[in-house]
Amino acid sequence: MILLAVVIFGAALIALSQGASSVGFKDSFAALFQNSGLAHAIIWKLRLPRIVMAMLVGCGLALAGAVFQAILRNPLASPYTLGIGSSAGFGAVMAIVFGSGLYNEYLIAGNAFFFALLSSFLILGIAKLKRSSPETMILAGIAIMFLFSSLSSLFQYMGTMEQVHEIVFWFFGSLSKVGWKEISIAAVMILLPCPVLLKWSWDFNLLSAGDESAKTLGVNVTRVRMLGIILASLITAGAICFTGVIGFIGLVSPHITRMIIGGDHRFLLPASALVGAVLVLTADTLGRTLWAPQVIPIGIVTSFIGVPFFFYLLMKRTREYW
Amino acid sequence: MLKVQGLFFRYKNINALKDVGIGLNKGEVLSIVGPNGAGKTTLLKCILGIVKPVKGSILIDGKDASRMKRLNLAKCIGYVPQASPSKFPISVFDAVLMGRRPYIVWKPSKKDLEVVADLLKSMDLEDVALRDFDQLSGGQKQKVLLARAFAQDTDYLLLDEPTSNLDLKHQMEVMEMISGMVKRKGMAAMLAMHDLNLASRFSDRMVMLNAGKVFCTGEPLQVMTVKNIRSVYGVESEISLSNGHPYILPIRPVDQ
Repeated sequence: MILLAVVIFGAALIALSQGASSVGFKDSFAALFQNSGLAHAIIWKLRLPRIVMAMLVGCGLALAGAVFQAILRNPLASPYTLGIGSSAGFGAVMAIVFGSGLYNEYLIAGNAFFFALLSSFLILGIAKLKRSSPETMILAGIAIMFLFSSLSSLFQYMGTMEQVHEIVFWFFGSLSKVGWKEISIAAVMILLPCPVLLKWSWDFNLLSAGDESAKTLGVNVTRVRMLGIILASLITAGAICFTGVIGFIGLVSPHITRMIIGGDHRFLLPASALVGAVLVLTADTLGRTLWAPQVIPIGIVTSFIGVPFFFYLLMKRTREYW
Repeated sequence: MLKVQGLFFRYKNINALKDVGIGLNKGEVLSIVGPNGAGKTTLLKCILGIVKPVKGSILIDGKDASRMKRLNLAKCIGYVPQASPSKFPISVFDAVLMGRRPYIVWKPSKKDLEVVADLLKSMDLEDVALRDFDQLSGGQKQKVLLARAFAQDTDYLLLDEPTSNLDLKHQMEVMEMISGMVKRKGMAAMLAMHDLNLASRFSDRMVMLNAGKVFCTGEPLQVMTVKNIRSVYGVESEISLSNGHPYILPIRPVDQ
């Protein structure tokens, strides 16, 4: 855990010092605390918001993924595979297109959250109605994902040039457009549910032993599941609404963490949040520097880094995790 | 005392339990026997509040169980399920520590850890304490689940077929642990059982269920009769006495 914190701090420093305009490592560090000059502007206006947002988004998606996996007792669950990502995305796109041209942060965030909740309740409803297996839930989630993707495409089709540009940007996942205002909104949405989720980490462990056992050990299963989904949806919406769909992180960070430290949610939740943050941050730094001054959208880079790493861990693992 | 009165339960259109009444006294081991589908597991689940009965009441030391909060109920009744699907890898120690959940607010206290450590020691699970639960043998898993229920420190213990799928030695060990704990701590255990011989050997009283109704109840010798077994199980049998316990030797199924 401490190691992870060190890693993330290091990654943040490196990310800070790299970029299209070459402000060196030392200069960038100095510029953090100076109050003038070009370097200062680049660091505070461009790089730092990006880095903070990258970490927030990574944390959020990974945390939401871990919570979904625990609550639905399903290794395939994640904001993306459950369709919650794409419906939050649809909400945001809707806000962009119908927001009558004005770019309103609160509207986008609110709408994203609303649609995230909508689809998560849809999945919960299906689960409840048919007492369905985790597989059905994932299938329902994928169906929802396609539904909202096509709805978003429809808006894209109808939108003006400018809107389309915005939407496309959004679908690749991009950290380019964030400022401190967006960060503060996202931070509230992502960080607020954290203490509750951490308090419940014990209950998440019990849920993995089965609903019945959890009930007889005094866990209010229905409440934990409902509120857990609401909170995880809030986090997902917070992570996605300003940066677009970054798919892979939510699914993979909890698994990576589980392979490294095991399945105890008391450690799994915070650790996968950190892993997620490191992943997104690294991906973004690479995306900015590999092809500078071109910036490769974050959504693309995360998959490029995350997938091979995940395969590596899958091959290397010594015991069964699911 | 745990008292079940006039309990009815329906699964869609099947009456799973019909007017079931059972009393469980502290310091006694009570076995529920009966053929598959007789309602043994359903009865346990009703008492635990996992499913809601249509009618009837469950009183725990005079208090209505349906009005109790989950957390308080969990301090009264422990449960050992038939099988525990554990998909997340978890160490044996942590699995047993789960039993302390009703008493833990933020993190386990020193006492919680001590209780678990003592249990693991007394149940011969010390060697595997840090192994993954998933990697254990069936017998060890059952012991761990039993330890978890003991860790819950309740007056009543409900077990769903605790000896199914176990080898002879583990069957004996598990049954002895249960009856030992009951006698030592003055708790009460209710077991759904398939193995009639094990049940009659280790229980103080037995309840025979048939098609959701209590067929008969009493001491093992009163319940385990050739006639009862024929009419409830549809099996011809011989019953002999060994060490004062009835021993049932099934012979052949009878057409009814």
